[in-house]
Amino acid sequence: MRIYLDHNATTPLVPDALERLTAVARDVWGNASSVHHFGQQAKAVLDDARGAVAALLGGEPSEIVFTGGGTDADNAALRGACEALEPSGRKHLVVSSIEHEAVLRTAAALARRGWEVSLLPVGASGVVDPDALDDVLTDRTALVSVMHANNEIGTLQPVEALAARARRRGALFHTDAVQTAGKMPVDVRALGVDLLSLSAHKFGGPKGVGALWIRRGVRLLPSMTGGRQERGRRAGTENVPGIAAMGAAAEVARRTFPEAAPRIAALRDRLEGGVLGAVPSTAVNGQPDRRVANTTNISFDRVESESLLIALDLEGIAVSSGSACSSGTLEPSHVLKAMGFPHQRTLNSIRFSLGTSTTAAEIDRVIEVMPKLVTKLRSLAARH
Amino acid sequence: MRVVVAMSGGVDSSVAAALLVEQGHDVVGVSMQLYDQRDGGFGTCCTIDDLHDARRVAARLGIPHYIVNFESHFHAHVQRNFVDEYARGRTPIPCAHCNGEVKFSELLLRAGGYGASHLATGHYVRVERGDDGRWHLRRGLDAAKDQSYFLFSLTQPQLARACFPVGGLGKDEVRAHARRQGLLVADKPDSQEICFVPDGDYAAFLERQAPALATAGAIVDGDGRQVGTHGGVHRFTIGQRKGLGLSTGVPLYVLDIDAARQQVTVGPRAALEQTTLAASGVNWIAGGAPSGWTVAAVQIRHRHVAAAARIRALDDRRAEVVFDSPQSAITPGQAAVFYDGDDVLGGGWID
Repeated sequence: MRIYLDHNATTPLVPDALERLTAVARDVWGNASSVHHFGQQAKAVLDDARGAVAALLGGEPSEIVFTGGGTDADNAALRGACEALEPSGRKHLVVSSIEHEAVLRTAAALARRGWEVSLLPVGASGVVDPDALDDVLTDRTALVSVMHANNEIGTLQPVEALAARARRRGALFHTDAVQTAGKMPVDVRALGVDLLSLSAHKFGGPKGVGALWIRRGVRLLPSMTGGRQERGRRAGTENVPGIAAMGAAAEVARRTFPEAAPRIAALRDRLEGGVLGAVPSTAVNGQPDRRVANTTNISFDRVESESLLIALDLEGIAVSSGSACSSGTLEPSHVLKAMGFPHQRTLNSIRFSLGTSTTAAEIDRVIEVMPKLVTKLRSLAARH
Repeated sequence: MRVVVAMSGGVDSSVAAALLVEQGHDVVGVSMQLYDQRDGGFGTCCTIDDLHDARRVAARLGIPHYIVNFESHFHAHVQRNFVDEYARGRTPIPCAHCNGEVKFSELLLRAGGYGASHLATGHYVRVERGDDGRWHLRRGLDAAKDQSYFLFSLTQPQLARACFPVGGLGKDEVRAHARRQGLLVADKPDSQEICFVPDGDYAAFLERQAPALATAGAIVDGDGRQVGTHGGVHRFTIGQRKGLGLSTGVPLYVLDIDAARQQVTVGPRAALEQTTLAASGVNWIAGGAPSGWTVAAVQIRHRHVAAAARIRALDDRRAEVVFDSPQSAITPGQAAVFYDGDDVLGGGWID
């Protein structure tokens, strides 16, 4: 019986999403761009999904552009905004130092094309200070991108305040909300952002599908060029079944927010308290009172996270460390590094991220197993 | 029992894993990432493609598979040693260092952390417990594939936790087994070169790691007379005949490498013969150095027929070997491994 505590990496399909995916794949297989009956059917499915995703964010359906996932949406936002604004003389981009690689690597690619890129620091709290943004904003700033919640440590960023400061200087504001959209209420009007990315597989939808919300009036150049799908904002024949399933997952999410968030937060707190209490020399990373409900990132002194990950997996417990996605390379977490921790602490943290299916029994099992695993790994390390 | 199998993506370690699964053990596949792959196609083994092969085999066998980062260990114990030895005019055996200092040291430790009692590899050797309770290391059944030469440094505690499932099989049998199991690596060629040296061009590798190695020096004859020049002592090994850049009509062989003076001495073949050698870093498999002279067969290269000799331990970690007949090209940096028939008594690094 496996225990899955890696919901920030991905989530299983909620039943409604799987059903919608299968039904649409089987019955509505037309190309949404076609004029005929089959195209119209597909368009109708897209329209329904578009409405559901817009409602998830408090936005308008016409402001939703479907993409191939969160990374796709981040790329579209950064490249699309920067390319559109470059002729106006704005060639400065600001991103936080704890962004997901989808944002950081894209910013680096733009830097190689002559863009000036500023990185916003974070302190040990893992939260961006809006004053730090003021320090770097200029009249040449085209876009500021700061994530809504960090995927590794779960800290919520002061997006409203940051967006307001960007707006004062005439810069656009993008937020990568991949870890919040579909998991907690997100209101684009209240946040005051211009662009927002989300990803279906983080909230019970399928992988390879996401969306970029673009405030009406904001013009981006499409980074995926070709046909005129998504009102010319993102080319490519739409993944109708996937998008439909994302819509279904969005509907489920909105229905379950009120009940799910407090329950998950309580379980997270139970896990966190349990592990910290049972295992000595541990510490939580990131300001605990400014986090999403489901995440706790814990450092284990004198343990290599790679070994703890494997040992836990062999016990049937699935968690993660850093956000390393490459084959086996143990990169120190860039997030923990940005928070100023010493090298060792960037290599000894484990991220536990809970989901709607997580139970108290699972949490208690993890608390039970952790101490002996950590003790064994520490004793082996000592023998070195 | 839970066993970690070190999977390189080759057919031997793949079949080792398959055999352990058949025997009903709780098998965990682990592949070591030894060097940064991102510059694309580094070496001839354990590349991204090999790691991928290992993962596919693990999936086929239904066992978990993890890739663990060993870059800094490998660099510190194997790659750096490789460079240092050549810089000292010696000819190292990285595989033997890797086995003793990486696989059966750090990886064995980690295996314990994963709850495994044993570490298995695809080496062609056999480990057995003697009547006296001590562990014995024996040559693999397939004499042509025997790899005991590279495992002489294993200690009793390491042997107690080591497992070599293919040691009692022939290579052909191993490949046949892989085919029967439908393993994609059944016909994959064996890697012959040093795993971290692309194209076998070790001189270029060394010069990238330590540019100072490419220092010109003199090639001299037995009387000290200069007969040529060279571009770095690292390009030579004892007994080498080709690549000397000399045209003297008489075949000349490298007799000695003096790194301090950047000098390579050459001479006729007969001068390569010696009857004694000194070894350090000696490991005695049974646990302690015997007193007095021990009669054994001593192998001084992987491809060398062990020759009759007597060995005397000078202390815990040093020994002298006297051969019954002269041996050609005894090379500092190589291993001198002592055998009693198929049984490995121990070995050390040739001084």
